[in-house]
Amino acid sequence: MKPGWEMVIGLEVHCELRTATKLFCGCPNLFGDEPNTNVCPVCLGLPGSLPVLNQKAVELAMAIGTALNCEIRPSTFHRKNYFYPDQAKDYQISQYDEPINVDGYLDLPDGSRVGIERAHMEEDTGKTTHAGASGRIHGADYSLVDYNRSGVPLVEIVSAPDMRSSAQARAYATELRAMLVASGASDGKMEEGSMRVDANISVRRSSDDPFGTRCEIKNLNSVRSLGRAIEYEADRQIAIIETGESVVQQTRHWDEDAGRTQTLRSKEDAYDYRYFLEPDLVPLVPDGEWIRAVADTMGMMPAARRSRLVDLLDPAGEVSDSQADQVATVVDLGLDDLVIAAVANGVGSGLALARTANEAATDAEAARKVDPDSYVALLTMEDSGALTATQSKTVLADLLAAGGGDPAALAAAKGYEAMSEDSLASAVAEVVAAHPDAWGRYCSDDEGDRKKMAGMLTGLVMKATRGQADGKAVAAELQRLRG
Amino acid sequence: MTKPAPLTRDDVAHVAALARLELTDEELDLFTGQLAEVLDHAADVAALDLSDVAPTAHAMAVTNVLRPDEVRPVLDRDEVLAAAPSVEDHRFRVPRILGEAP
Repeated sequence: MKPGWEMVIGLEVHCELRTATKLFCGCPNLFGDEPNTNVCPVCLGLPGSLPVLNQKAVELAMAIGTALNCEIRPSTFHRKNYFYPDQAKDYQISQYDEPINVDGYLDLPDGSRVGIERAHMEEDTGKTTHAGASGRIHGADYSLVDYNRSGVPLVEIVSAPDMRSSAQARAYATELRAMLVASGASDGKMEEGSMRVDANISVRRSSDDPFGTRCEIKNLNSVRSLGRAIEYEADRQIAIIETGESVVQQTRHWDEDAGRTQTLRSKEDAYDYRYFLEPDLVPLVPDGEWIRAVADTMGMMPAARRSRLVDLLDPAGEVSDSQADQVATVVDLGLDDLVIAAVANGVGSGLALARTANEAATDAEAARKVDPDSYVALLTMEDSGALTATQSKTVLADLLAAGGGDPAALAAAKGYEAMSEDSLASAVAEVVAAHPDAWGRYCSDDEGDRKKMAGMLTGLVMKATRGQADGKAVAAELQRLRG
Repeated sequence: MTKPAPLTRDDVAHVAALARLELTDEELDLFTGQLAEVLDHAADVAALDLSDVAPTAHAMAVTNVLRPDEVRPVLDRDEVLAAAPSVEDHRFRVPRILGEAP
């Protein structure tokens, strides 16, 4: 971002809901099936068919509204009319001026708050493939349409133009995705299109200036693309303004390979959707009891789960950056219950978090399924010094592979036994005797030298004991010998 | 209530273009007159004092019509595609599209 400029970003996120069926008909809501196998008269727009609203979709929309601190209110559905074959009936049913969720917010891990203007329900479109010489949209000879996705329930979440950097926009998309997954509303798979992000971007010289003319960027298929596209687009707009010209309001397409945005259409050919109330659907009026019942079924949201872990580490909330990263990783991977269980059983919170974020996280799928009792038992062994860190990590890998088991038996099978204090002391003494120079420098007053030699001597002890010695115990013994 | 601007021939041509309808000059004249009469009728309703009447979203005073999230039978693909004018690769083949979906 060029100095002297500020970007203003708002994001529109489309999220496919995890229902068994589509929004207005009983066709399966499944990704990746054979084309046109999950279709019926309603989602094919055949004459005489009538839409009936899916209760589960409504409840997931309400869950999203609740998680985003929105007001959940009476809503209606409209027909958005446009001529394009991705909807067989030539209109999309969407909520227009009376959406189900309004006026919420999402708090990001860095403490900033992004306003949510609305989160409304609508149906997804079919999937068009543009065939022809180039295989791309421009120059396609004809298109092929698969209506399996047509009618899949979506919630579109529209943020306020509250973001000021690509990093903040990425953090918002990441946090929103985690929230959608945690609330059970979506699987959050950007690569399968179940979460799609469009970005509205403008630039201005000062935060006191009014908003500049914005462009909308589509085709952002990952959080990384989102960040790149925003940076590119802001630079493009700044260059235009600096040459004395004006940004034209338009929709632009992000080309991931080329690393740039290209124009799709300008405001002049904006669609005239002729919205009108969908006469085949009646208003949706959730009462307080229903809204509370939905909220009661929801698990904790990521922000609350992160602060629960931070509380374990330090009730005052003071944790290092690296621990904050570990907390984010553990919550993101859904492994926080393992840390909670370990700490509840007396394992040190720092160790429980580090093992979970650094080792268990490398195979999160297995870690989510592992028997928590086995996991806690292993960490207890390490915490008490019965296993060294290295041994514990090796046993953990076996534990994850097996889905559980007795960590003591697994450790014994590997020949891991905690060294007795006596054999550890004699191993240290032997190394010290064999390396008088190193020992001398360790005993010197030079702080840096002492640290360097401590590392070297510990390494030698580890080598001599083939990794069975506990590093911390070795350091303590060296300290004791030095006096 | 202020009366909306009268319907023009250009309005009708615009709406026809949105609906992909090709109208002759004679038809444009004909439909401009006919549609203006329909709108005049709506204007009669708009002229009434309805300040005491709550807005309604639907002719029936019914809300929350919902169905359970249960899978129902789908159509047979061969039958579905047999009704399409053109098919390729088990998909509906449609004329070339300019631009991207709205």
